[in-house]
Amino acid sequence: MPQLMNLKVNGEDREVEAPARRLLVDLLRYDLGLTGTKEGCSVGVCGACTVLVDGEMVASCITLAAAVEGSEITTIEGLAQDGRLHPVQQAFIDYGGFQCGICTPGQVMAAKALLDDYAQPTEEEIRDWMMGNLCRCTGYYKILESVVAAMSPAASQEGGQAR
Amino acid sequence: MIDFEFHQANDLDHAFALLADYGDDARLMSGGTALVLQMKQRFSQPGHVIGLRRIAGLGSIEETSEGSVRIGALCTQRQVENHPLVSERIPLVAGAYRHVATPRIRNMATVGGGLAHGDPNQDPPPSLIALGASVVLSSASGGERVVPAEELFVDYFETDVRPGEIVTGLVVPPAPDGAGTAYLKFLPRTADDYATVSVAAVVTPDEAGNCGDIRVVLGSVGLTPIRATAAEDSLRGQPLTDETIGAAAAMVQDAVDPLEDHRGSTEYKREMAEVFTRRAVRQAMTNAGMM
Repeated sequence: MPQLMNLKVNGEDREVEAPARRLLVDLLRYDLGLTGTKEGCSVGVCGACTVLVDGEMVASCITLAAAVEGSEITTIEGLAQDGRLHPVQQAFIDYGGFQCGICTPGQVMAAKALLDDYAQPTEEEIRDWMMGNLCRCTGYYKILESVVAAMSPAASQEGGQAR
Repeated sequence: MIDFEFHQANDLDHAFALLADYGDDARLMSGGTALVLQMKQRFSQPGHVIGLRRIAGLGSIEETSEGSVRIGALCTQRQVENHPLVSERIPLVAGAYRHVATPRIRNMATVGGGLAHGDPNQDPPPSLIALGASVVLSSASGGERVVPAEELFVDYFETDVRPGEIVTGLVVPPAPDGAGTAYLKFLPRTADDYATVSVAAVVTPDEAGNCGDIRVVLGSVGLTPIRATAAEDSLRGQPLTDETIGAAAAMVQDAVDPLEDHRGSTEYKREMAEVFTRRAVRQAMTNAGMM
């Protein structure tokens, strides 16, 4: 049965009419056209669909949109500000943190959530945190390097300069 | 997913009223990590889903007057693993929750949801049972029932939560003074998988350095978490040697009843239950300073 859902997506109030079974990933992609968020495994394992709900990372493929109504949702589209990439996005470009790119939005959102919670995570903490974001290209070393780079203030100040 | 009606409960009374209205056709949902998957696979096809996330007052972690830790049912599993009171008073529990899936799932999944789900492959129940934790079940008009975690899990994905009840809290006493604890999870596949076999052990030495008390509880090796009572009985009051521990661990093979799946055959899991019981007891002894 369709119902009206109100969410704040990337800072904008959005109203969507959708059935209760609408998953957050589908609401973002099909109702709002925000196709940056990808769906991989559909069972909460691969991390491709990672978005932030009220600042906490969740798997949008197993989250009912209705259940997070009224929440603030941040997707990959919401990271860049005024045409300037988020330091995590810039670091992934500078350090080659992606190959085919399908897992990248999820990797970037997970890395952002990590750095929001821990200013200076250790390499072990980064590995543990990013464990649930799978990369079929297996570019894990570059992803790790990108996250390490994103957390150094110098890297974020240099954001925009190619290495 | 079959369509349904979603109702966001504003508070506990509202949730009880919705439960009364829709009865068997309703399922409760907090983090949704388990229920949404079941609904996607059509194992569960409720006509009504009652969301619990917005209910205030069930998201705190506090010390009780008896020195136990009381965890609100809507605390996420990640809140539990990171909470200083949990790490300090019941480190076994912090470690067990840290073993669940990935940080993203632990961000979503709640303590109460995990308990009500009744999946025998979950990480926390063996440690909760080994410590003698209790689960608080609330019902309309202020009714409350406290069930030992050991008695909560009655069958495969079946718990003692009765119609009209909602899991509202978990009370975990710390391990006895001087005790050592351990939780071992055998993971031959990926780090975010369910255990092939898991074992929680709490060993309390007596004054002579023998086994004063012991609790051994296994996960993923039967329809519910399984307490290895025969093995415990054989060790209580005895010196803990390679021989006594080995003989007790061998008894565990008769206590477990593993389901065969892609994590291993029944026979393999049975043997691993023995091996990991031995290791968990030794680890707990080490942590108690007995070795």
